[in-house]
Amino acid sequence: MTQAILPSFVHANDPEWLNAARRLARERIQDIGLPTAEEEEWRYSRIDDLDLSDFTPVEAKSEHSPMWGLVDGEAIADAVATIDVVDGFVVAVDVSADVEDLVEISTDGVGAEDALGSVMTEPTDSFADMSLVLADRPIVIRIAPDAVVEGPIVVRHRVVTAGSLTATRIVVIAGQNSEATVIEAQSCDEIQAVILPVTELRVERAARLKYLVVQDLAHSVWQIGTQVSTIDADAHLVTSAVALGGYYARLRCDTRMIGKGAEGDIKAVFFGQDAQALDFRTFQTHVAPHTNSDLVFKGALDGHARSIYTGLIRIEKDAYAVEAFQTNRNIKLSEHAWAESVPNLEIENNDVQCSHASAVGPIDADQQFYLESRGVPTQVAERLVVQGFFSEIVSQMPHAGVAAAVDAELTRRLQTSEFVR
Amino acid sequence: MSTLEIRNLHASIGGTEILRGIDLTISSGEVHAIMGPNGSGKSTLSHVVMGRPGYTVTAGSITLDGVDMLSLAPWERAKAGLFLAMQYPTEVPGVSLQSAMAEAFRASGRESDSVVAALEAEADRIGFERKFLERPLNVDLSGGEKKRNETIQLGVLGPKIAILDELDSGLDVDALHDCSTRIEAMTTEDNLGVLAITHYNRLLKQLRADRVHIMVKGRIVASGGPELAAELEVDGYARFQGSDDPSRLDPLGDVDPFADPLV
Repeated sequence: MTQAILPSFVHANDPEWLNAARRLARERIQDIGLPTAEEEEWRYSRIDDLDLSDFTPVEAKSEHSPMWGLVDGEAIADAVATIDVVDGFVVAVDVSADVEDLVEISTDGVGAEDALGSVMTEPTDSFADMSLVLADRPIVIRIAPDAVVEGPIVVRHRVVTAGSLTATRIVVIAGQNSEATVIEAQSCDEIQAVILPVTELRVERAARLKYLVVQDLAHSVWQIGTQVSTIDADAHLVTSAVALGGYYARLRCDTRMIGKGAEGDIKAVFFGQDAQALDFRTFQTHVAPHTNSDLVFKGALDGHARSIYTGLIRIEKDAYAVEAFQTNRNIKLSEHAWAESVPNLEIENNDVQCSHASAVGPIDADQQFYLESRGVPTQVAERLVVQGFFSEIVSQMPHAGVAAAVDAELTRRLQTSEFVR
Repeated sequence: MSTLEIRNLHASIGGTEILRGIDLTISSGEVHAIMGPNGSGKSTLSHVVMGRPGYTVTAGSITLDGVDMLSLAPWERAKAGLFLAMQYPTEVPGVSLQSAMAEAFRASGRESDSVVAALEAEADRIGFERKFLERPLNVDLSGGEKKRNETIQLGVLGPKIAILDELDSGLDVDALHDCSTRIEAMTTEDNLGVLAITHYNRLLKQLRADRVHIMVKGRIVASGGPELAAELEVDGYARFQGSDDPSRLDPLGDVDPFADPLV
């Protein structure tokens, strides 16, 4: 099967180190094969239904200029750099003169050898390897040490080719004591496709990186995404994921606190409708002492939608004085919706404060009644309660323009949702 | 002139009958009080009138100006002119007072643009800081602030009949004065009818209650003027306890309820 899905796909002009890495990745896929739903990390997923032989890699850039998704225009009017990616190929890079000395964007693979795989030192699974094999040269975004970049650096992704199998590899390196915001916006045409985005975030000493990823893909596509981060000493990473689209959309999110004083804030909102399945696998790994992480994933499910959340907080032996929290809450808006939530802790040091909480349930009846008793109609009260549930995450998203766009989109979806009909 | 009529109301929760035949008539401008020992069903009555899910009405009727309330959803009862100030106002994370009131206005055909000015006017009137208006409903508010918040909503929504479920619990003296002064003004200026559930005569004095009803075990066992509340302050409920039949009222006569029963 892997032979079939990885045809003799050669990136002829790419650097030799990159093609060597791809060869190794291909061999690993050959050896290991693709994951199945029998594996713990893929339990409850739709992976067994995916037949990659229905999809074909895209070998050339698309000619037509695409529509972008939810995160566009006004939402990112303050962008200082944009990178446009169509079917996995970079089609345009625009860096404002104001930040030329602060932000370096490399898309030609030159000098990317030290960046690619510097965070994902081991592939998380065969799809991470597959992304390496399939993706064009990596996109490397470097924030210079001590740089303070005021506006966001935006990567707009669009998949336009029906039946395609595409991938991207992105590495963000926030240099020592730098400060920046990076936004990835993922969208596609109304097509069938498989999309494998992998993003590595390297937050170096005392850097402050904010990272947002918003996917509003068509409900017909498969996305298997991976986000891996390392946070070094005294550095702070804030990530915010928004998942709205996909027939099956998965985000694996690994965050490693590797330096003393590292902090990670990992947030996500998701809204599943119709027959969508949204799948989240999180790993908060505390390697160094005096590190904090706080993860909150909140979602609502309508129609026959499904969500899966599994999360692991892992405290390694040398990580003392650690605080780590993990919360997953799901509202089922329809009796046919389904959510699974599995939090886990693995602690090898006693000097830690950890908690995890998870909940799956309908709209809070007391909140609903309170609003109704003021004269708010049933359906509006339901919508307000769900919006309120999301707002804990949305109102704190680290970019106001994206937050406003997401809030408006969630409101629109709630207004047209089955449960309020 | 509006009238809330509760006739022979029976209601149960989880198969246990809590209300066992309540009759009450509250008209515009009147202030009625319901007093009674804990567990007598006072809060249940307030919830059943407003239509809180979980209760089953097994007999009787509730009408507002002749319109059947029991067949309406809670929000429709509110739209018809009922308001419930809750004993423990629910926290609604992420939903501001302003947006809730705007939706309520919209649903009743009122101009939602006027909500902000109305809220600010009411907040100023009872000494509620305006900054709280933008906060999520009841989240991180003290007990007293929650009750001021309920009173503001009552003022903004302007219902015909308001049920106050222990408005005075968790309120300090100043807050109680501010809230009850505002509500008392509504009963005279706006002809608001009030059904106040309370344990304390202080609220009834400030609201200038017209009628006081004693509720025991799901029934009204005595009704009277404000002097009944004053009497309770002194004598407690003892003479009403165990007398779930109004015809058996006053079985203990002048017996001192604090007397040592063994003497």
